[in-house]
Amino acid sequence: MTKLLSVSGLKVGFGRGDQMRAVVHGVDFELDAGETLAIVGESGSGKSVTALSINRLVDYGGGRILDGRMDFLTAGGEVIDLARASDRRMEKIRGGEIGMIFQEPMTSLNPVLTIGEQIAEAFKLQRGLSGSAARAATLEALDRVRIPDAARRLKYYPHQLSGGMLQRVMIAMALATNPRLLIADEPTTALDVSVQAQIMALLAELRRETGTGLIFITHDMGLVAGIADRVMVMQAGEVVEQGPLDRILDRPEHPYTRHLLKAVPHFSGGRHVRRDHHRTDKTATSPTLTVEGMTVRFPATAGLLRRSIGAIHAVENVDFDVIPGETLAIVGESGSGKSTTARALLGLVKPHRGTFAVVDERTGNRRKPVQMVFQNPYASLNPRLDVESLLAEPVRASGERVDDAVRARMARLLERVGLPVDSIRRYAHEFSGGQRQRLCIARALMVNPAVLVLDEAVSALDVSVQAKVLDLLIDLQNEMKLAYLFVSHDMAVVERIAHRVAVLYAGRIVEIGAAEAVLSSPQHAYTRRLIAAVPTMERRREIFKLDTADIPTLLRPPGYEPAQTLWRTCGDDHQVRIEVDDREEQSHAAAHRQ
Amino acid sequence: MKAFLHGLLRHPSGRIGAAIVLVYIIVALLAQAGLTPYDPLKQFRIERLQGPTFAHWMGTDMFGRDVLSRLMIGIGQSFMVAFSSVGLAAAIGTLLGLTAAWFGHLWDGLVMRCMDVLLAFPAILLALLFIAVVGPGTFTSILAIAFVYTPIFTRVVRGPALSIKTRDFVDAARSFGSSSTYILTRHLLLNLVAPLTVQVTLALAWSLLTESGLSFLGLGTQPPNSSLGLMLADSVNLMEMAPWLLVFPAIAVMLGILGFNLLGDALRDILDPRMRRVVA
Repeated sequence: MTKLLSVSGLKVGFGRGDQMRAVVHGVDFELDAGETLAIVGESGSGKSVTALSINRLVDYGGGRILDGRMDFLTAGGEVIDLARASDRRMEKIRGGEIGMIFQEPMTSLNPVLTIGEQIAEAFKLQRGLSGSAARAATLEALDRVRIPDAARRLKYYPHQLSGGMLQRVMIAMALATNPRLLIADEPTTALDVSVQAQIMALLAELRRETGTGLIFITHDMGLVAGIADRVMVMQAGEVVEQGPLDRILDRPEHPYTRHLLKAVPHFSGGRHVRRDHHRTDKTATSPTLTVEGMTVRFPATAGLLRRSIGAIHAVENVDFDVIPGETLAIVGESGSGKSTTARALLGLVKPHRGTFAVVDERTGNRRKPVQMVFQNPYASLNPRLDVESLLAEPVRASGERVDDAVRARMARLLERVGLPVDSIRRYAHEFSGGQRQRLCIARALMVNPAVLVLDEAVSALDVSVQAKVLDLLIDLQNEMKLAYLFVSHDMAVVERIAHRVAVLYAGRIVEIGAAEAVLSSPQHAYTRRLIAAVPTMERRREIFKLDTADIPTLLRPPGYEPAQTLWRTCGDDHQVRIEVDDREEQSHAAAHRQ
Repeated sequence: MKAFLHGLLRHPSGRIGAAIVLVYIIVALLAQAGLTPYDPLKQFRIERLQGPTFAHWMGTDMFGRDVLSRLMIGIGQSFMVAFSSVGLAAAIGTLLGLTAAWFGHLWDGLVMRCMDVLLAFPAILLALLFIAVVGPGTFTSILAIAFVYTPIFTRVVRGPALSIKTRDFVDAARSFGSSSTYILTRHLLLNLVAPLTVQVTLALAWSLLTESGLSFLGLGTQPPNSSLGLMLADSVNLMEMAPWLLVFPAIAVMLGILGFNLLGDALRDILDPRMRRVVA
């Protein structure tokens, strides 16, 4: 029997003439109908280029297929070589036979058209449907990707939908023509874990229903375990290893595969938390950072006259403390208020209420005791300043001169974070992502802070770089007795660095306690859901359950004050919020909508 | 500075642009130092309206004055007006644009609406209006041209400044507690160097043209002083009889504009640290 797709000796290059640079050097693989192939690798490994070559989108990015065959079995039973097909032929195939889902659903849709119009267009172009027939088909497509209340959502514009919903819309568009092959390029990287689980479930279900072949590109081994039949590992444009899922995960042969599996943080349900520091051992230590009743609200207005209709309660009555040498991880989905909490500590947003105090007991230093490392190392360094100016900035801001002592400290910190000392005259763009984040860490440490706020500090980095930066952070913490506030949505990373975990949901802490306790025996319903959604190596070919519950709105009418929070204690250092009857709140919101 | 010059010389269009601008500046300085072939005001009555000869390389005008000498003075005059007016416009425009983007709200609205009103008028008309109020002369034409080009700088600065303001490194700076002045200069202004240099060189070219226009209309530089525009104005009626009177100042204007534009392109490339490796 002929395979759906068989690629042999695929070579792809970019540029012309002397500038030609090959980025994929001879890739071979095969894919059956209804089979899922996961292509795994870090950025620059050529995994995306390989995928884009299959539907020849690589031609539009300045790339060229240099050599090789890609035999594709069309619906008509004919076998064609995609590497040599004409442009016109490819247009038909791209629309009808090979669908593609991109990483960023937010930027892949046209913001000025409703999603209904955009999906209908796919039907009009590919199946020649028009008017009501296209509309009916669109509705069916939205139902197929489990978008609740589809008829109403047709009239929505992309900005009115969440990232997860938009990715479903993208999938609906890709499926509009019943493709025989679906290429998903990191389809869930930009999404929250629980939404990710939803998208994965959807893809798995659709594949079962329609027998579509799926090529799934990712850097996340946990996801691979959940969905793939076969795995192909790529490094620097070459396939280093490929084979059935279980063989690759359990008996990897190539050193790079082993490295990937070992270096990459995997979530293991709280079994691998840090044990180098225990809060209960040192109850005498007074906290470095104490936050009490932190509340952040943003005014919400509506209508032409900007009438106030209440406030978005982004963070509501958050209390926690961190002792020296300890990491408190704040986890939650986007919109849960975790970044807002961090930003409030830095004075980037103004808290509505609440206090925080920092006590630096190591020294009597008067310097600014809280510093922050941002998520995106590409955006958080001014491209026009050299490293010396970048490192000098916090020092200047705290009102000190940049003298020889400060320069010596720069050199010491650069060396400590693993950057060459001669980088002092270089600019940010000359460094890789991981190096930039090291630079950001060095910058934050310039003023010798007591508390470091790390806002998704490793999530923009490649997996193996991530592991190294995490190790650096742990070393620095032990060395300098720093208190970390680690904001993240990535449970695997949290498990690796946190001593304690606070789970934030809809602006409130629902569970807080020792990392091991929270991750291994979550008590709150939301925490359980969150942890169940995290892909792990143990849960292979998992059938995720679809859940379409909406996140509750944080918009509250003016003058609304939440009820007193009640806590339930379970264990030494583990507290869970008792959910008072939510019906009262919902009736509030309902009354407001009318 | 050494690296900067090196980069400028390595840049293909930068070399040409810099050479042209440098020649102009030398010519202007020589003229200011009085090192013209003849006294620009001296009238050789017998040699009126002569074509280019060995004695007078660019001929003489209708009063018998040496065109080359007057051209040298004129270049100095036109450059002085162009540089001062653009310098003024860039300074005021940048300040207004930066503060508008940074403070936002009412100040932003006020500044930008005023600039919109100014932009609504054609440049030369606005300059005319200004001169009509203040009176003609070199100094007023500097002010008039600065007045006309300020809104363009304000806009060019405000747009990118608004987008840079939301970048993470500005947030990072605020989290260190850096002062507003520091953020405005080191983070915003420094990142605006590229659009600003391009705008400055373009505006230099335009203002050279506007100055010529104003002088042509008799509202800029006043005779017997000389400027490129004034020379063009004087020569128009004699175009058929003495084309050299028109051709040399016209070429001088054209080459000057070309020089600024080439230099501007080169500066944009060189001043960007991301391009430095590629260029040098």
